[in-house]
Amino acid sequence: MIEVLAVLVIPVVGAALLALVGDREHAPAINTATAFATFVAAAVLSLRVATGGPLLVLDRLFFVDAFNVFLVTLTAFVGFTTALFSRPYMRIEQHEGHVTAPRLRLYHGMYQLFLFTMLLALLTNNMGILWVALEAATLTTVLLVSLYRTPASIEAAWKYFVLCGVGIAQALFGTILLYFAAEKVLGIAGGALLWTELDRVKGSLEPTVLSLAFVFLLVGYGTKVGLVPLHSWLPDAHAEGPTPISAVLSGLLLNVALYAVVRCKVLVDGAVATPFARVLMMGFGLASVVVASFLLLRQKDIKRLFAWSSIEHMGIVTFAFGMGGAVANFAALLHMTVHSLTKSAIFFAVGHATQKAGTQMMDGIRGLVVVSPMLGWALALGALAILGMPPFGVFASEFLIVTTAMRDHPWATPFLLLALGVAFAAILSRIQPMVFGESNVARLPHRPAAIPVFVHLALVLMLGLWIPPFLAEWYHRAAALIG
Amino acid sequence: MPAVPLYAQLINLLAAVLLLLAFAMLSQRRVLSLIDLFAAQGAALALSTAIVAWATGQRHLYWSAGLTLGLKVLVLPWILRRLIHRLDIEWEFERLINIPTTMLIGIVLVVFAFNLAVPIAELANTVTRSTLGIALACVMLSFLMMITRRKAISQVLGFLAMENGLFFAATSATYGMPMVVELGIALDVLVGVLILGVFFFQIRDRLDSLGFANLERSRDDD
Repeated sequence: MIEVLAVLVIPVVGAALLALVGDREHAPAINTATAFATFVAAAVLSLRVATGGPLLVLDRLFFVDAFNVFLVTLTAFVGFTTALFSRPYMRIEQHEGHVTAPRLRLYHGMYQLFLFTMLLALLTNNMGILWVALEAATLTTVLLVSLYRTPASIEAAWKYFVLCGVGIAQALFGTILLYFAAEKVLGIAGGALLWTELDRVKGSLEPTVLSLAFVFLLVGYGTKVGLVPLHSWLPDAHAEGPTPISAVLSGLLLNVALYAVVRCKVLVDGAVATPFARVLMMGFGLASVVVASFLLLRQKDIKRLFAWSSIEHMGIVTFAFGMGGAVANFAALLHMTVHSLTKSAIFFAVGHATQKAGTQMMDGIRGLVVVSPMLGWALALGALAILGMPPFGVFASEFLIVTTAMRDHPWATPFLLLALGVAFAAILSRIQPMVFGESNVARLPHRPAAIPVFVHLALVLMLGLWIPPFLAEWYHRAAALIG
Repeated sequence: MPAVPLYAQLINLLAAVLLLLAFAMLSQRRVLSLIDLFAAQGAALALSTAIVAWATGQRHLYWSAGLTLGLKVLVLPWILRRLIHRLDIEWEFERLINIPTTMLIGIVLVVFAFNLAVPIAELANTVTRSTLGIALACVMLSFLMMITRRKAISQVLGFLAMENGLFFAATSATYGMPMVVELGIALDVLVGVLILGVFFFQIRDRLDSLGFANLERSRDDD
């Protein structure tokens, strides 16, 4: 119980502290230290769950099992490395006059609160609190997207706020319907919104109501996952905000929203005899993969390019969860992990690259490897990893997903392969001149952050070659839970 | 046909009032009047929640009625009026909406919502089950309002009205959500409106009016 509380309380305390400290010299250090403490607490929690089995604490309010514990650790880890990256990045932004001191206070405080909302969404056992936490995650990041106060960033933040707000309102209706169905079985006092209780009685929940509820839940949370056709906020929000925020939005928030969808899917699968939820998820997933990969071809802004690539990858994961079964779920969980690590590493490299070049337009970034070999190679390797080149981890998960699709749903395979091919051509042809070729980029006033990028890429490489036994065990257990 | 008890008649009446107010918001061009309509909707919602609480003996619904009254009738309209006053946009109104067409689409949406709610309402054993269709219709009308409006503040009012509809769905179908969830939702709504306040000033500082019609940039992809 103490571990669960620590994971949640540390970011809140950190946020309060950062609000007090303001823009003093050591604010980024406090931000990093808080994120590190959260990561340690999360690691201890996962150790507890790995050895002692699922936890259900505080009057059934929090629930930790194999499925959410690895996401908690991943969220805390990427939260920590992004804080490491954000230190030099935001210093350079301040040096160049893009952000003022009060905005840095807002940035640091909201960063910690954002981590808190995601961890709360992952740890809570109550479907209502899950909704509240996901809405709060939008609210904490919306002012960060407009941090630079440019017309484009304000428009992006507004779009993010309104579209995610409307989307999440649909999810609230879905949650109400879920409660309505559960209350018949469990009674008002029976904890009819607690996931553990719902999971116990899922077989006797009314199928019509649950099918309808799932449509609303998928549309609602799917908006936050960025599933086509509900994705239009995502590229704007990723492109206009500060790059550390793009990294955590892409690497973490999308995962957490998808986690909410999968929790709901488990309940609906238990109640409805037909593969209704699976077909819906496969459809949305495949549409996202195909649409996003073709739109990758038309991008000019590097952050938008990788934002569209996030939509594509979230589509792949949604499709894999939709297929279901031990192998597909295992691959989906692995893909969530490696996508999150790779995409945040790419955003770290992209962030410094755009600072060097002074533009986000890909035509303006040339020959990174000449001026800064570290950034050039980081971007090149990150791009290869996200495109699913062996021996990186993305290859392993995509390979498993495509082969499972060939076996169980052959009709979907051509779409998947076509989309992966198009995405490959689109990203590689853009990255190649940016990394090699004539250089035009300037020096930075502060040293760029190298460690987070290469730690992430090394982890992705490791996951492609060898998955540690405890992690494989987690994935297997989580895959069995999802069914 | 058995006699309908008085409280059920009252709730049905309030449900009809809510729907009427949703249509009124759909056709209202002036921002200040929209806020009045929103406050009226909040009052109807609080009253209906209190009646359900009284009729069914669900104690926690009194709290949630009080919460609705405080937040949606007093606090939020007050914040929004202050904002409008400070931004000096009291006399702003929406020029570019075609009210007759919007109303016709609204009617189609109501029919659709009622059909969607039929199978659920048959399963409900609450006193207020017939109102579920109306709640869904309110949600859809608010959604329509958000789509058709250009001004940021009218979009927000549409969003808040949608939340009213959802809240009504929760009380009419299930006697309300657990208190902890309701508190969380209320907190989210309040924080959301405060953030919007910040937003309006950002928008005003950067752009000429509180609409995005002048901001349509050519995008490659959407």
